[in-house]
Amino acid sequence: MKRGWFLPIVATLGFAFLYAPIVSLVIFSFNESRLVTVWGGFSTRWYGELLDDGQMLGAAWISLKVGAWAASIATVMGTLAAFVLTRFGKFRGKLLMTGMITAPLVMPEVIIGLSLLLLFVAMEGVLGWPAGRGMLTVIIAHATFTAAYVAVIAQSRLRDMDESLEEAARDLGAGPVRVFFDITLPVIAPALVSGWLLAFTLSLDDLVIASFVSGPGASTLPMVIFSKVRLGVSPDVNALATIIIGIVALAVTVAGVLLMRQSKRMR
Amino acid sequence: MSPDPQSQGAPKPRRYKPLTMLAAGLAGLAGALFVGWLALPPGLQAALFLIIAPAFVYFLISRRMGWSDRWMVIAIPLLWFFVFFLVPFFVLGRISLAETMIARPPYSPLWETDRDGNLEIIASLENYRFILGDALYLNAYLSSIKVAFISTIFALLLGYPIAYYIARSPEPRRSILLLLVILPFWTSFLLRVYAWIGFLRREGVINNVLMWLGVIDEPLVMMQTDFAVYIGIVYTYLPFMILPLYANLVKLDDALLEAASDLGARPSVTFLTVTLPLSMPGIIAGSMLVFIPAIGEYVIPALLGGPDTLMIGRTLWDEFFSARDWPVASAVAIVMLFLVVAPTMWLQSVQNRQEERD
Repeated sequence: MKRGWFLPIVATLGFAFLYAPIVSLVIFSFNESRLVTVWGGFSTRWYGELLDDGQMLGAAWISLKVGAWAASIATVMGTLAAFVLTRFGKFRGKLLMTGMITAPLVMPEVIIGLSLLLLFVAMEGVLGWPAGRGMLTVIIAHATFTAAYVAVIAQSRLRDMDESLEEAARDLGAGPVRVFFDITLPVIAPALVSGWLLAFTLSLDDLVIASFVSGPGASTLPMVIFSKVRLGVSPDVNALATIIIGIVALAVTVAGVLLMRQSKRMR
Repeated sequence: MSPDPQSQGAPKPRRYKPLTMLAAGLAGLAGALFVGWLALPPGLQAALFLIIAPAFVYFLISRRMGWSDRWMVIAIPLLWFFVFFLVPFFVLGRISLAETMIARPPYSPLWETDRDGNLEIIASLENYRFILGDALYLNAYLSSIKVAFISTIFALLLGYPIAYYIARSPEPRRSILLLLVILPFWTSFLLRVYAWIGFLRREGVINNVLMWLGVIDEPLVMMQTDFAVYIGIVYTYLPFMILPLYANLVKLDDALLEAASDLGARPSVTFLTVTLPLSMPGIIAGSMLVFIPAIGEYVIPALLGGPDTLMIGRTLWDEFFSARDWPVASAVAIVMLFLVVAPTMWLQSVQNRQEERD
């Protein structure tokens, strides 16, 4: 089919729309002037200020810890849920489980955050646990909503996977636990890695749920950024954004190279 | 080494029906007990706990030998989601019936004993009457739906040509373009919304460029308007529109398009009568992925919108963090659940069932 001028132009505009703000963030992070949109000469001054900002660094560290814990718990829970739903046939509570792992995907964050906070407050009143709100409650909250995403990824991988491998292992006398760890887990491992990464990213990115369930001394990076940005643009946030974009670009490049090498080896 | 296929065969799927029923029953019982538990005075709670906990442990030990691994595997994720996803909604519902009090936590208990030792239930629909009677909340619900709807239309109008272009591109370019669509998703959502402040401000990039070009003399007011909120939502959720559309359009059979043009249809007619109807599932999926999160959005209206940009997620947030009225915030959330979330979830389940049938 002959292609007209319309599609390339709209596509170009679309990609410009997606990337122009990101590019301008990066450019103005090297701006000498405090006025973010007026060019005052090249400088790395804001990166230096960022490194001196103890609050920001502390929050970044908390976010990384929360993200790693939440992603790990989410991967375990999501994989178990996906395994149960794809391999156990029919069981009582299957509908409930399906509902509970798909609902977080469409549930507004404000509702998840508020309801979890109220749960934690009620639990503290009744059981005395969790005592106060802090990193632990953020980890639980993030693990719960990101587990749903992991479950979706793991489920589709488990469905695509060749079940005769598992059957063969069972025929050779392996018990269900052995089959899972020796056959199923290695096969779906790449999907679980991407699930973990997705959960980690979602956790690092979340502002709303963390704001509800976090407590004093456990402000995550998005919470600190939000309180800064609310007061207007600030150049050190630009510097931070540039660092994050750099890390992501690097990770994507490395992942791309690794994937290409793997596909070459497969051939 | 290889077992006799006759004797082994495919293993029969084992059924543990009574046990799984027991599991579901226990989980349900635990939930009901937990909700009831919240209502009890602390002294009674402690006493009951001393009785229940050992009984439960004894029950576990005595039954353990007969319990299969399967039951345990089901129970772990089921319990996790039950406690941390489902139970919170019961707590939310219960607190939406409470009264605001100056206390810690700032709501009334569900039960209270008066001087004669009679239990009194404190539960009223007062919060619901309040938010349904106040035009502010109604407007916030309606305007959330309006903003989400308009943003979805814009995202569709922009996303469809991009998805189509990617789907029709030759291979190396197709993968690169697809990666470029996904890439922004991996960077911080908050920082991407923040980037637009620098663009839309009075002395921002857009105004500077337009003034420099001589298109305008006065800077345009774009920040703190509904326009900025639309931009923010379309920008943030555009990849969610493009990806399902792409997945659909890439499957489109070229032979159909060729057949249409061989029969004399102009490209626009081919598009309207062949491509568009065939891509309907992609359009619906993409629109849902934009519309649903847009309704409850808080960050975008808070950063880019003005004080008069009403959205329900923001109203809930302010009710909780600024007014510190937990019961009213809970009632807002419950109404949101029924007005907004339930219909979309229903729609999605219908769609899923349709897909399974196809």
